[in-house]
Amino acid sequence: MAMLLTDEQNMLRDAARGFLQASAPIDQLRRLRDEASSDGYDRDTWKSMAEMGWSGVLIPEDHGGVAMGHVAAGVIAEEMGRTLTASPFLSTAVMGAIAVAGYGSASQREQWLSKIADGTTNVAVAVDEDRSHSPGLVTTSAQASDRGFRISGGKSFVADGHVADLILVSARSSGGVRDENGISLFLVPRDCAGLTIERQMMVDSRNSATVQFDGVEVDFDALVGEAGAGYAVLEHVLDAGRACLAAEMLGSAQECLAQTIDYLSTRRQFDRTIGSFQALQHRAAHLFTEIEIGRSAVMRALQALDAASKDRQLIVSVAKSKVGRVAQLAAQEAIQMHGGIGMTDEFNIGFFLKRVRVAEALYGDANFHADKFARMRNY
Amino acid sequence: MTDLNTFRRETQAWLESNCPSAMCQPLRDEDDSVWGGRQPTFKNDEQIVWLERMVEKRWTAPEWPVEYGGGGLSKAQGKILREEMKAISARPPLMSFGIWMLGPALLKYGTAAQKKTHLPPITRGEIRWAQGYSEPNSGSDLASLSTRCEHNGDHYLINGQKIWTSFGHKGDWIFVLVRTDVEAAKHDGISLVLVDMAQPGVTTRPIKLLSGASHFCETFFDDARCELDNVVGELNQGWTVAKYLLTHEREMIGGSAIGRAAMRPLSEFVAQQVGLNEFGVLLDSVLRTDVARTEIDALAFLWTTERIADEAKAGQGIGAMSAMLKYYGTELNKRRYELMMYSAGHDALALDREDHLVRDWLRTKGNSIEGGTSEVQLNIVAKRILGLPSV
Repeated sequence: MAMLLTDEQNMLRDAARGFLQASAPIDQLRRLRDEASSDGYDRDTWKSMAEMGWSGVLIPEDHGGVAMGHVAAGVIAEEMGRTLTASPFLSTAVMGAIAVAGYGSASQREQWLSKIADGTTNVAVAVDEDRSHSPGLVTTSAQASDRGFRISGGKSFVADGHVADLILVSARSSGGVRDENGISLFLVPRDCAGLTIERQMMVDSRNSATVQFDGVEVDFDALVGEAGAGYAVLEHVLDAGRACLAAEMLGSAQECLAQTIDYLSTRRQFDRTIGSFQALQHRAAHLFTEIEIGRSAVMRALQALDAASKDRQLIVSVAKSKVGRVAQLAAQEAIQMHGGIGMTDEFNIGFFLKRVRVAEALYGDANFHADKFARMRNY
Repeated sequence: MTDLNTFRRETQAWLESNCPSAMCQPLRDEDDSVWGGRQPTFKNDEQIVWLERMVEKRWTAPEWPVEYGGGGLSKAQGKILREEMKAISARPPLMSFGIWMLGPALLKYGTAAQKKTHLPPITRGEIRWAQGYSEPNSGSDLASLSTRCEHNGDHYLINGQKIWTSFGHKGDWIFVLVRTDVEAAKHDGISLVLVDMAQPGVTTRPIKLLSGASHFCETFFDDARCELDNVVGELNQGWTVAKYLLTHEREMIGGSAIGRAAMRPLSEFVAQQVGLNEFGVLLDSVLRTDVARTEIDALAFLWTTERIADEAKAGQGIGAMSAMLKYYGTELNKRRYELMMYSAGHDALALDREDHLVRDWLRTKGNSIEGGTSEVQLNIVAKRILGLPSV
């Protein structure tokens, strides 16, 4: 497949860029932070996104979606990375949609897909329990009960957890704590008794929560896929999220470079534009190169997900690992080349450093994916 | 699409019945490559057969026009041929600076007569070309070159010295950047001329490199003769041609790095040297991290070359991207060899190792110098792509 956007995807990119820069620029995130917004995102903006079909980008048309595929989802995520727009897009429209559309029962699909597509139901994926991403480590238990299952345990770093209407949670129905077999996935409505959600304030001013399950009773039909066979499903859901996070970080890295080039082209010291100094030119040119290399990995990963390629996991790990490092470099270089002003809260560039740090940690950082890559390559 | 599928099937079948099995092996030693020329050297008969068949099929330069000895293939067909050759590990039948560098420049800037004269012998491997660009005092600042080319009746006379002439001592002809107007500004008095090396006015002297090999030469011009019709492009406009040719050189050097990236994965080599533990994990955990990062970068780089080729085909390309690829590809290749050296330990240092690792490692240090240093490539990216100002 040619590594080019189609005309339709190009139009989507232009539309997304236009909308986000006009309606949800970085100043929106700053305002949400300064006002200590309880939602952490702007509901009107999300409603507009839903009207444009973004929340249904991965949902079949017969359930109210637009089914444009992962490359299209990545295009939207990349543009959101440029403006640092806070929204439930990743957890709901990407991961929630893949879980329910790809693996949900007929009744789950019937119940939830149209509500995800129209932007009225937020989904959060509760997977991590350890100090860093480790989807195979599950101590949260799912014990058989009269109704179905009783879930007990705690999850942390749950993106969009406190604004979620529906939690997709991994819990162990059998096996040891690190066994891939025995993990089951459940869709748990937030109003279930025994479910406690607490927002965590993170450095990126976006949404994260801890979710506690104290003997939460769910029916059999809350199960997604087969009991004990949830790990493969979870990995697919995570891979879609990882690829779109990589796309988001790619957008942020590009914006860091663009703003840095603007600054280098206007700031004067020693009676000359600082962008004429070779020391800075080479830093900027190296960063540009890294971003272009990362861009290819993102596109390849999104295309591999659309094509359900057998190398999908390997390619997604390349993308998340590579772009994670590129985005950290971009944010740090941007601050260095902006000099003192880059360290001020008043100036926007610091928001990128904060967000890409969180996006890096989410669903596996560069080291996690380099290790996973090496395992997949048998070393 | 159907036509391309048919072409692919026909190509597979043709390669199957025409590529000798001995030519479907990775290149191991230098004499595995065939360079042609007036005094060609072959290691075995299969090399001769493979070259002859590919010449007859016109696939040594598959995408050149048929009238100049090429195969007349479209870009899409050329890509299929490369893919199918790669699929059976077919060796290139002919290595040639004529095909990689001079040919594209002649096709774009040459006269009909120049194309007719020079291109067909290149495709048949009859004439081996050398490149005369750098001078002892003109390396990165190539446009400051001072080799003189003066009008002398019905021909030109060339005087001066070139350096880093790849395989200069084995070249039949050489394309040379010369100064044809000493009064003009430095970029405006340069021409690209074609010179027959079989004359007393042209002598070469091999330079021994760190690796012990001597593929590069100094080339001396003492009243060397050049016919008037052997100027490529307009007189004094050679810098434009030279830059175009340089983008092909960058692609060639970046391309050899691509070849390595697509070759045997680095981790296979490293695992063989270092070994795996009972869980199948590399025994050296620090090296494992470096190898994983390098392989990740190599894959992303490989995909970038594909993406940029796709963009170029769709007319969305930026010419200066070749500078970026040259920079990244060569730095990546140096990293790759550093890790191979680490993984092979003391054994890596032995000069008589069968895979001559240490010599190859030494050679890679030139990758980021030849064809424009990494720093020159970064300058090009900064100015031509990012639009940063000159001093």
